Amino acid sequence: MNPPPVRQARSALSLWGERAIELLIRLCGISAVIFVFSIFLFVFLEGAPLIPDLNWIPVIFSPEWYPTSRSNVRYGVGAMIIGTLSVTGLAMLFAVPFGLGAAVFVSEFCGGKLKETLKVAIEMLAAIPSIVWGFIGLSVMNHLIQTWLPAPVGLNLFNAALLLALMSVPIIVSIGEDALKAVPDSYREAALALGATRWQTVYRVLLPAARNGLLAAVLLGVGRAIGETMAVLMATGHAVNIPTSLFDPIRTLTATIAAELGETAVGSPHYRMLFLIGLMLFSITFVVNLLADLAVRGVRRQ
Amino acid sequence: MNPPTFTATPHVLRKLRRERVAALALSGMVLAMVLPLFAILAYLFVKGAPLINWAFLVTNPTDGMRAGGIWSALVGTVYLVVIALLVAAPIGVLCAVYLNEYARESWLTRLINLAVVNLAGVPSIVHALFGLGAFVLFAGLGRSILAASLTLAIMTLPVIIASTKEALNAVPVSFREACWNVGASRWQTIWRVVLPNSISGILTGVILQVSRTAGETAPIMFTGAVFFKKVADGALFPYALTDQCMALSMHLYTVTTQVNNAPEALPYAIAVVLLGAVLLVNATAIIVRSYLRSRKKW
Amino acid sequence: MVSPAPKIAVENLRLSYGHKEVLHGIAFTVAPREILGVIGPAQSGKTSLLRCINRTVEFTPGAVMTGTVRVDGEDVMRVPDVYALRRKIGMVAPLPVGLPLTIYDNVAFAPRCAGVTDPAELDARVERCLRQAALWEEVKDRLDTLGTKLSGGQQQRLTIARALSHDPEILCLDEFSIAIDPVTTMRIEDVLKELRAHVTILLVTNLTQQARRLADRTMFLWNGNIVEIGPTEEVFSDHPKDRRTFEYVNGIFG
Repeated sequence: MNPPPVRQARSALSLWGERAIELLIRLCGISAVIFVFSIFLFVFLEGAPLIPDLNWIPVIFSPEWYPTSRSNVRYGVGAMIIGTLSVTGLAMLFAVPFGLGAAVFVSEFCGGKLKETLKVAIEMLAAIPSIVWGFIGLSVMNHLIQTWLPAPVGLNLFNAALLLALMSVPIIVSIGEDALKAVPDSYREAALALGATRWQTVYRVLLPAARNGLLAAVLLGVGRAIGETMAVLMATGHAVNIPTSLFDPIRTLTATIAAELGETAVGSPHYRMLFLIGLMLFSITFVVNLLADLAVRGVRRQ
Repeated sequence: MNPPTFTATPHVLRKLRRERVAALALSGMVLAMVLPLFAILAYLFVKGAPLINWAFLVTNPTDGMRAGGIWSALVGTVYLVVIALLVAAPIGVLCAVYLNEYARESWLTRLINLAVVNLAGVPSIVHALFGLGAFVLFAGLGRSILAASLTLAIMTLPVIIASTKEALNAVPVSFREACWNVGASRWQTIWRVVLPNSISGILTGVILQVSRTAGETAPIMFTGAVFFKKVADGALFPYALTDQCMALSMHLYTVTTQVNNAPEALPYAIAVVLLGAVLLVNATAIIVRSYLRSRKKW
Repeated sequence: MVSPAPKIAVENLRLSYGHKEVLHGIAFTVAPREILGVIGPAQSGKTSLLRCINRTVEFTPGAVMTGTVRVDGEDVMRVPDVYALRRKIGMVAPLPVGLPLTIYDNVAFAPRCAGVTDPAELDARVERCLRQAALWEEVKDRLDTLGTKLSGGQQQRLTIARALSHDPEILCLDEFSIAIDPVTTMRIEDVLKELRAHVTILLVTNLTQQARRLADRTMFLWNGNIVEIGPTEEVFSDHPKDRRTFEYVNGIFG
């Protein structure tokens, strides 16, 4: 009474097609590994020939960056490392409390329409391109700082730090909010049932419970700030200088590459040195992201 | 007379006061971020708006970029973004399919996940170095649209992977089990059930990447974008893939830092166009997402 | 009497998820066109057993299966085409799963995956399966609405129709009545009685009385071990071989 079973109807062709697709998917799967590895490899290979010629102690600690000097070429990136660290540190001083505070507010203190609106606003904040931030720093923020703060004429560390803070806040908010969302509602209910206010719940229950996720949020924010290029290129003043005050101009590792790569001859020592700086940046952000990933994994294990 | 049912002790009053202070302080923090932002954006718009009109969009820069419009940069950005996403979207989606549907708990899976996380964290200027070393020099593409787009593609890849994974994850496991039970293979399950039901999430993720890619400057500076390139006004396909091109983000950088005595409103106008395009695309993605969420199929 | 070759033969089947063993070396056979009822408390390995038979257990990370399960004498771990094996077995899960496709596509899904493209054949198949699952009359005018929009009971019948759509020789039902009302349950039980003419049925159920009504033989599974397997009348009699069976069937424990 039944029509013939459908079991063997698939053609060999479609089975082979399926194998081919699975192979393609596997290939795409490992492509991420290939790309990360080849980024390292290519940056390393372009920079490597210079390595034997460098004396590492002065390169890392000296502030003397004279890559085009005729008589005495010096590649000291000390000032840029300090520049990068100071601008990132200062940015985090603003971004971490504000970002985590906003994450807590969005996640715990508001709901419904307000929450959706704020999330969209923060998404918009994240969408502003870094070049536009740089332009804002150069044209708007600089003007404000000159007018309202006792700063000497010119771009400075403070300006760039504000920009970086605004740029890394969206990451901190969204990852931080995810971390808070991951805390089971039963924790909240238990705390509220015991008569805790929302703030006590946040302070005593949620922040400790979401610790790792919040740490990851901060680390990813740091990674973003260290790697940022165009905004700091336009808004730091771009002077190789160890800053002594908030309003000193500085220069970062990223900005140096962006500013000078276009003017170097392919294969020249200066060109290779810029790739080595890139290698440094790659390593720094690699470690920061690794730490963030470990922190997130800690969350999942709980 | 009944005793009052509840009396606030000083401790409770303090507690409630703290709650109010905390809520106020936190909302203040949010406002402190959001309000200046809107003020700045409004300022940019007010300064830039007078210059923006149709002719500004469809004519080319003239007089050493001090006059004319931005057509060649606008169309260059479209070229870069479209090609970058045409490359990145399929690879990224398939990579996410692998991670979410095929991969088992193994060292390889851990390695891939780690690579995705780190790829997302690589600074844009390092991508630029890679693009220069790998595509421009090693692959011999030269400074070209192709080289710049490929650099951008690799940059957007991890975010596409992450958003696609999330979209795939939202499809319940029970659907997959039902398919396997009736003898569907993994790929049939993915193609006929999982992908159709996550396509909205995947698309939203890709659209959001359009805006991010359009704003990037560093990765294209040394791989294919140039300060100036002459094309015909309003020409729709003025570039070949092997050409260098102008791009909006690069154009803003050039006009701001390299061109002397450009009209004051010009960089503002470019910034507004770039920002407007980016926010428009983003808003589209957000609207699409909320629309699709509202008509979920289960 | 010469007993026919068993449809399903399970030997020394062990299954563990990670370090936890859930089936401790069980063995039984199912004859062709027999209804075998499987009863037992929750967590006793009933669902895992079904997943071993159609080998979907391999989709669970960390699952390790040893021993053999033979369907028509073929070791399921060694079949050349596992998809054909799964199409030989219809599987109905405890909770109804309407795929987010139209009702028609839900039922046509399996044949299409198997390579059937002829529209006339698909139409006929869809109608026959929906009729068999006692759903045709209710949905025949809206075959293009989403399967997920049906009620729970209708979805479960849709699931059964889908499980029949690839002409299975074996039908595995896993607590199919958990999510549906008693009337629908009775209608599906009637369907099963008709199907027994040409299909072997493995009926996992939490309702012992359902096994009593339908099964030729009944197996009592407890904590990953078979306590007792035998003719249904015997298992449900006052003197089954094992006292625990009596206690379970009569609701004294479990």
